[in-house]
Amino acid sequence: MSPSPLGAPTPDPGDRVTFLLAHADDNMVLAQRLGEWISKAPELEEDIALGNIALDHLGVARALYTHAGEVEGLGRTEDDLAMRRSERDFMSALLVEQPNGDFAHTMVRALFFDAYQVELWADLADSVDPTLAGIAARALKEARYHLRHSSAWVVRLGDGTGESHRRAQDAVGALWRYTAELFEGDADSYRSGWQKRIVEVLDEADLIIPDDPYQRSGGRRGFHSEHLGHLLAEMQWMQRSYPGLEW
Amino acid sequence: MDATQLPGPGMVTTTAEIGVLRARQVAASVVDPEIPVLSVADLGILRDVEVEDGRLRVTITPTYSGCPAMRQIEDDLRLALGAAGFDEVEVRMVHSPAWSSDWITPEGRRKLASFGIAPPGPMDDVLCPRCDSDSPRMVARFGSTACKALMVCSACGEPFDHFKEF
Repeated sequence: MSPSPLGAPTPDPGDRVTFLLAHADDNMVLAQRLGEWISKAPELEEDIALGNIALDHLGVARALYTHAGEVEGLGRTEDDLAMRRSERDFMSALLVEQPNGDFAHTMVRALFFDAYQVELWADLADSVDPTLAGIAARALKEARYHLRHSSAWVVRLGDGTGESHRRAQDAVGALWRYTAELFEGDADSYRSGWQKRIVEVLDEADLIIPDDPYQRSGGRRGFHSEHLGHLLAEMQWMQRSYPGLEW
Repeated sequence: MDATQLPGPGMVTTTAEIGVLRARQVAASVVDPEIPVLSVADLGILRDVEVEDGRLRVTITPTYSGCPAMRQIEDDLRLALGAAGFDEVEVRMVHSPAWSSDWITPEGRRKLASFGIAPPGPMDDVLCPRCDSDSPRMVARFGSTACKALMVCSACGEPFDHFKEF
């Protein structure tokens, strides 16, 4: 841990608990974002699909939080870790906290993230930590299922009408800058597999990768865009207002 | 030992062992709240039932990450075992190795089909659980629960759930 300009310690990405928490946070934040679509998706089947995918991510987050709490050994539960850590403590990637935008934004964000998770879980399924390997093996099958869904939608939107193409291209342009962060540090080995997949889908969708090389970073160290604080305020409201409340 | 195995001749030697065997029977009979024709033994998620320091410990493996029934199954195991006289029960969730739909028993597959849910298998081999036609088509890959996809039979026209191959 090293001091940060904001006073809070900057997590050490090599630390095992930090590693588990970062991936738990990714799934927790994305589950919350996808849950915002419920009752508002373009069609009933899609509403159900987004709810299902959100639940998968929530399930992965719960398993990882529980495991992180056990490894840490301080008695923190999944609820403590999800609901009582502040924005500065969350180590989720900037990509997952980005607002849903229109449906094209949500699907392009999903494509970028699902393709990353397929690489991540395939690697972690061989982890020497048997609990993490088990969680990853299960999540890998789910991530492939999610990726098939997001890929199909991005192709349909990109290769669809003029309007759907424009919106999908706008989404690629807006979200591309949050992708490099996913491959920082040890995750660099996931980059080539991810790029190959993304280029395949974008080619088929008639969408192009933006020229602008600018990339944002910071989420994994707890420095977030404005959006995460608002998301956490809503997600954690109950536990913040009534600490320890149970159903 | 298989979780559903019943006491047989020559197997039982002590009261404690009889207790564990009874606990196995009770635990194995707890059903999935979403698909009540399937027991936890049919689903293949009941990994172990054992006694340690006087406490009964039941080990299960979760199915899909997004399955909200797992918590209910934990509670139902405690309730069923409590009703059978086992007061000190710990339900432990083990993630490794990860559950696969291949763990659903042949009996479980038969029960699913008779309940109107096509059992897990490659998409090309899915049969309509009502008329056995081999030409259903996919309606939605994400269905009413995390474990199911929605299909419709091209022959009889009836929609049905397919338990996802996982």
